[in-house]
Amino acid sequence: MKVTLFIPCFIDACFPRAGISMVEILEQLGHSIDYPEELTCCGQPAFNSGCWAEARDVAERVVDRLVDADAVVVASGSCGAMLHNFYPELFAGTEREQAAKTLASKTSEFSDFLVSKLGVTNLGARFPAKVTFHDGCHGLRELGIKDQPRALLAEVEGLELVEMEDAETCCGFGGTFAAKFPMISTAMGDRKCGNAGDTEAEFIVSNDSSCLMHIQGLLDRQGQSLKTIHLAEILASR
Amino acid sequence: MIAPSTQFKQDAIRITGDDQRLNLIHTGMKKYEASRGVRQSAFKDWQSARQTAAEIKWDAINHLDTHLVEFADKLEANGAKVHWASNAQQARDIIMGIVRDKGARSIVKSKVMTGEEIHLNQALEKEGYDVVESDLGEYIVQLRHEEPYHFVFPAMHLARGEISDLFERELGSAPTDNPEELTMIARRAIREKYITADIGISGANFGVAETGMISITENEGNARLTCAMPNVHISLMGIEKVLPKLRDLAIFLPMLATAGSGQALTGYNSMYRGPRAEGESDGPEEFHVVLLDNRRTELLADPEQRDALHCIRCGACLNVCPIYRNIGGHAYGTTYQGPIGSVITPHLRGLQDWKHLSGASSLCGACTQTCPVKINLHEHLLQNRRNASSEKPVWWEKIAFKLAGFAMNRPALFQLGLKVAHLAQPLHGLVKGSVLDPARAWTKTRELPEVAGESFRDYWKKRS
Repeated sequence: MKVTLFIPCFIDACFPRAGISMVEILEQLGHSIDYPEELTCCGQPAFNSGCWAEARDVAERVVDRLVDADAVVVASGSCGAMLHNFYPELFAGTEREQAAKTLASKTSEFSDFLVSKLGVTNLGARFPAKVTFHDGCHGLRELGIKDQPRALLAEVEGLELVEMEDAETCCGFGGTFAAKFPMISTAMGDRKCGNAGDTEAEFIVSNDSSCLMHIQGLLDRQGQSLKTIHLAEILASR
Repeated sequence: MIAPSTQFKQDAIRITGDDQRLNLIHTGMKKYEASRGVRQSAFKDWQSARQTAAEIKWDAINHLDTHLVEFADKLEANGAKVHWASNAQQARDIIMGIVRDKGARSIVKSKVMTGEEIHLNQALEKEGYDVVESDLGEYIVQLRHEEPYHFVFPAMHLARGEISDLFERELGSAPTDNPEELTMIARRAIREKYITADIGISGANFGVAETGMISITENEGNARLTCAMPNVHISLMGIEKVLPKLRDLAIFLPMLATAGSGQALTGYNSMYRGPRAEGESDGPEEFHVVLLDNRRTELLADPEQRDALHCIRCGACLNVCPIYRNIGGHAYGTTYQGPIGSVITPHLRGLQDWKHLSGASSLCGACTQTCPVKINLHEHLLQNRRNASSEKPVWWEKIAFKLAGFAMNRPALFQLGLKVAHLAQPLHGLVKGSVLDPARAWTKTRELPEVAGESFRDYWKKRS
């Protein structure tokens, strides 16, 4: 299958390993990758700030470029939710209304694509470490992704998954919220780090690099040894 | 006067630093979560119960005009007096009118959130009336001269020791750490009031159109006494509380108890349909129902957010909200706190003044997931943000997104930006966290991620 991979701006810029791992995994499964280099951002920051016209300016290109793809895989639960759930709302009543719906129907988040669309859980990965999984809110509640990443992690050789308390509670990132209300965002993140730390895991794993960026930022500032890692990087480990 | 958004930020900074208070809130909410989970699983199918409840409320709200008229007609046929209040001032005037008319001195209230909404206590006290809250939590915050912390659990932010100190100071009781003793101290003080009160004021959890009844849900029995003992009973009810049929309570009473406090049913559920009838031995001589609009009809006129009127004020969205759990109730500065408060307050009190509450959300969706009547709460927060921005754009935000969009739509420019950012990164250390730091909102508590030397785009180019 030809898989069109949407790499969100912050993964492109700061977490390329997550995207590269996805390419490796999908190619190993025999799929060919189409990476639309002309796309950068899905428009979510503007959308979440209420600036829908500005969001459409960016999102229009995404719709136009991806609407004819066979399958679109998004390297983040949050941006995946943007394409899957919020584009149809953003473009409602515009000329791209139908295209946005069509795109939504062929868009999946990475772990969901592997498990639900391809029916794969064992990727032959090896990652000998104790980890805990953070459910990103958009993946969890907008896209219904809960069991998929766990099914994938269960097959990883040497990996031990320990669930943290309140794994489903928001880490406090929330996009522009993290900068507009840093005190609340930090308080939420501190609780997340505390719960993850209590499991004595070495890594916090998630399918959303945006949550991990916030969590890692807090951990680094506090000088903690706990590390964050994207699910795809674990699945590509040998 | 300080702007609500400035006050909110100041309070949020203060409270997020108060670990002791926040731990109290977290502990309380964890207990709620556990008991709610048990009660919810006792439903044969909680999700279809939610669906049914949402459909009943849809009918109730979308045909509010007919249901309200039926409700009022039935009440009057039962001997109650119905008053229509368009706004807070009218509602206060109606109630003050009844109070003056009766020559009342002393008033006892059960928990009335609509009363908080129209600042009823202040109005009554200003005219010299003796007003006492009979709900334990409300009584405690009244003694502390505070607003309720949570519209279901008004005093949830207080530790037992603080309540004991308060009672010792205000009521002269002996200090105790025993919750039952504390309850008894308050009960002794309040019981006196039922006997002497001329007027009892209650809210209404539901109004049944079919029978012309108000339904009140409670755990302490205080509402029963408030409604039954004084000679006059006034119920102040938001117009959105009407349900079409009596049988609807079969789902809403257990649902409210489960979602609200993790109970199968609350201790007391009472229905009132009119004043004491001939041959009856007790009950008030007069029963007034004041129906409050106070801009609810403006929300009703908005098809996109009309479902916010489905709210049964169970408070579940507050209980699961990570924002509420980290800033508490007072920071909101509203009658209705938490996600539902952030959704409706801009409609009730002005979008531009209260839009910050819709911004103060990570949009995690826990509220929407938990809401028993399926209000799309976090979606409405997004819509409030959009409406606020199109009504009165924030110029710097608009420019920022226009510039960002310009770069994002030109991948070469975006990539050049990344290269510059990568090279400039070491320089950021010179200003990091200082007032000169453009990323200060982030870097005050967090490290920034590093911009990779080789982006994904670079990797892809190299490969092909």
